[in-house]
Amino acid sequence: MTNHYIDLMNSDCILMMGSNPAENHPVSFKWIMKAKEKGATLINVDPRFNRTSSKSDLYVTMRSGTDIPILGGMIKYILDNDLYFKDYVVNYTNASFLVNPDFGFKDGLFTGFDAQGRSYKKDTWTFQMDEQGIPKKDPSLQDPNCVFQLMKNHYERYNLDLVNDISGSPKDKLEEFYKIYAATGAPDKSGTIMYAMGWTQHSVGVQIIRAMSMIQLLLGNIGVAGGGVNALRGESNVQGSTDQALLFHIIPAYMPTPRANLPTLEAYNATTPKSADPKSANWWQNRPKYIASLLKAMYPAQDPATSYNFMPKLDAGQNCSWLVLFDHMFQGKFKGFFAWGQNPAGCGANSTKTREALSKLDWMVVVNVFDNETASFWKGPNVNPAQTKTEVFVLPPAVFCEKEGSISNSGRWIQWRYTGPKPLGNCKPDGDIAYELWEKIRDLYAKEGGAFPDPILNLNSKDIATNHVFDAHKVAKLMNGYFVTDKVIGDKTYNAGTQVPSFAFLQDDGSTASGNWLHCGAYTEAGNLMARRGKEQTEMQANIGLYPNWAFCWPVNRRIIYNRASCDPQGQPYAPQKAVIKWDGSKWIGDVPDGGWPPSERHPFIMRPQGYGQLFGPGLADGPFPEHYEALECPFEEQPFSSQLNNPVALVFAGEEEHRAVCDPRYPFVGTTYRVTEHWQSGVMTRWTPWLLEAMPQNFAEIDPELAQLRGIKNGDKVIVENMRGAIECVAMVTPRLQPMMSMGQKLHMVGMTWHFGWVHPKDGGDSANLLTPSVGDPNTGIPETKTFMVNIRKK
Amino acid sequence: MKLGRREFIKLSATATAVTAFGGLGFNLQPTVARAQLLRLNWAKETTSICCYCSVSCGLIVHTSLEGQGRAINIEGDPDNPISEGSLCAKGASLYQLTENENRMTKILYRAPYSNKWVEAPWDWALDRIAKKVKEARDETFTEKNDQGQVVNRTNGIAHIGSAALDNEECWYLQALMRSLGLVYIEHQARI
Repeated sequence: MTNHYIDLMNSDCILMMGSNPAENHPVSFKWIMKAKEKGATLINVDPRFNRTSSKSDLYVTMRSGTDIPILGGMIKYILDNDLYFKDYVVNYTNASFLVNPDFGFKDGLFTGFDAQGRSYKKDTWTFQMDEQGIPKKDPSLQDPNCVFQLMKNHYERYNLDLVNDISGSPKDKLEEFYKIYAATGAPDKSGTIMYAMGWTQHSVGVQIIRAMSMIQLLLGNIGVAGGGVNALRGESNVQGSTDQALLFHIIPAYMPTPRANLPTLEAYNATTPKSADPKSANWWQNRPKYIASLLKAMYPAQDPATSYNFMPKLDAGQNCSWLVLFDHMFQGKFKGFFAWGQNPAGCGANSTKTREALSKLDWMVVVNVFDNETASFWKGPNVNPAQTKTEVFVLPPAVFCEKEGSISNSGRWIQWRYTGPKPLGNCKPDGDIAYELWEKIRDLYAKEGGAFPDPILNLNSKDIATNHVFDAHKVAKLMNGYFVTDKVIGDKTYNAGTQVPSFAFLQDDGSTASGNWLHCGAYTEAGNLMARRGKEQTEMQANIGLYPNWAFCWPVNRRIIYNRASCDPQGQPYAPQKAVIKWDGSKWIGDVPDGGWPPSERHPFIMRPQGYGQLFGPGLADGPFPEHYEALECPFEEQPFSSQLNNPVALVFAGEEEHRAVCDPRYPFVGTTYRVTEHWQSGVMTRWTPWLLEAMPQNFAEIDPELAQLRGIKNGDKVIVENMRGAIECVAMVTPRLQPMMSMGQKLHMVGMTWHFGWVHPKDGGDSANLLTPSVGDPNTGIPETKTFMVNIRKK
Repeated sequence: MKLGRREFIKLSATATAVTAFGGLGFNLQPTVARAQLLRLNWAKETTSICCYCSVSCGLIVHTSLEGQGRAINIEGDPDNPISEGSLCAKGASLYQLTENENRMTKILYRAPYSNKWVEAPWDWALDRIAKKVKEARDETFTEKNDQGQVVNRTNGIAHIGSAALDNEECWYLQALMRSLGLVYIEHQARI
């Protein structure tokens, strides 16, 4: 989230699309209702009338997978009716930038498409530069090659008739939606978006979010109270685990993973983002300090240039994301596998394939609180243990309140948790398990030698454990960082061992160690700021609920990021009644500003090399402007926006095309997945909690009454939902919350299921809907397309 | 002295109970007050944050100072400004997650081609996992790729998880896996 949960109360219009917060982030609704009480309009756009819809002022139905047409239609509406926030768009976005005249778009394809490689060569997705190397601009926004005009031209096709035809959303509802939301383009108004996996889990997921980000930029809604682009993360610490980079493509705090074509730290640092514009903060220019400090945190005895060699390197262009990982496992490419606090046999797309992949391993280590479909896969349905070689270890971890440490919520607030009871039975905190395992592996390498033992033998342990036991305080201090050698900065000397006060003090020469530059300031010489419980606020802070003395928020306790964009070029807030920051003539007051420079000295989007919000986004794999493509499994052979039916660069796997249902009469209904309040993810924790299981005992298939009649299904009947990947049995829930929908001349029905259940427990709960979802994904993130696929439903 | 709402309850457990149950026609005051005081006097009180969704509602965990030292109550923390004491159905059931007879409390081991679990001690399990890691690593470690570039990676081991861990654990886990040379490192954020 650019903003945070409490900030929702400051909004004039809350759009909930691709999320169902009343069901899945229930306590966030406290702040949504607070906004409503204060006069905000709540809008919900969703294929199903759900708990969020029931509290919304406006509900707009839609066909699953048509978010880009709907949002593209809004972009067109805003531009056609001159409803954008002109000063913001001209001063703070790249609308005025002149694009390379060779850039183009034709029939669903941007310039540079390589059909064989299923990718784009992006050399025309660039800006025209002046002699200083700064993008040329036309602040009048009239130049035919400026971003604004190209965008206008791109969305010219997204007219109301077409959007209505493809999405099935009624025209009058769409118009009402556009009108209400676009009104937040007034300088003193703000609108916000709350999205979740309803947007990410599509083969065009990133572009859906980009389309909304463009709307937020056009309306001046980023950096302001009650605005922003707000991802509702699915797990309590998925924000933190992402910040710590338990992902293939990044190392902690969003630095790219070293690649084979960057063999030295010097070569890595040569790729540091650059800007020739003296008014661009280009914050990532500091990256060499952050990687040197990270390497020093991991390997304290080596200088960073040496320990860079300890980091495993990806080949240039290598993708190891989730679906690829399980595809390689399926092909038998791995010997060993750790499933640490996750149940891929139920939570990942195409779990049928995942379950089979597990049988190709030599060994697997599962760390989980309860038995689950991954740990016990070898005795699952249709598996013969006598033919399954995988050696399995199941390690019991402590639960959240049996250990100490911090977690980060979606709003980037890092809060501290204390130890209540000691770990039950033989359980151990995950940190202890990891640390003890390292000691054992280190001892083996120390004794026997082996392949390149240096990274293992030299991994930091002094800042990790005390008396061989994992120490969360030590690690939190290491993540904040400290001076490795005495250092004079300004007129002050910082002795070796002193905690760094903030990331501004980190160095690129190995004289500081910091495990995560975004955590700098969280555990300083002043103590553990994540554990703070202060509620003191200035009147200005209290007005928008910033709570700067409660816990810690990355970066530098800034609660609303890009907040310099909430003020005009003189530093005065566009919305004085809910100001985030304000220049008082000598300094900024309110929230921690995005850099202390006086107004207008720096462009507000400090993480972008040019300093501007990107209406034209050349960094993505599938184009600088979002474009509609159908899901890889869809009920249509063609679509009206172009002759490209699907995202031409979507992540797909060779040999699986024939297992996809496009206009396949055997699988005529659109399948989708969702969650319920009473359960969580693949259900490992909640299915074993009797109160929750009693409230929601089994999987269901939600269908509309007309489909029920068509298939002779009554509410409560046992049904089979199936496609070429698998079949699940569940209970039919026939409800008018779903309605058949007309789209491009076809009447479409939807089947909605949860993925909370699995065969291990309870006995008659049914199995995961992910047995049916396809292994195809977004080209930027690799996130699987589990929100739109094709199925059949029949009575059992 | 400024009192948080929770501190206020501590000082006036009996007084607050009266208003809450005043309309029932019978007096619950002594029972409720006694329950609240038991919780406060015979338990360690720690704050925590819910382990389910990403809103991060505040919790108060009461742990018995007697017996096995187990949790006796988990409820919303009214002082937490994000949740102000509220919890959803999942958050309200956290006591049952913690004190649950079906939790894994022992190491389970399944040998290749076996049809059953056997229990194992920590030392044995970690020793064997360490040995398997070393074998797989040594066999699949790749110093240079096909182009002759140094990559220093272990192609034969993959890791997934975990958004369920604390930040400090996540940081160490990525450091450990990367020190082993893993590049197939993924977790919940990808799905």
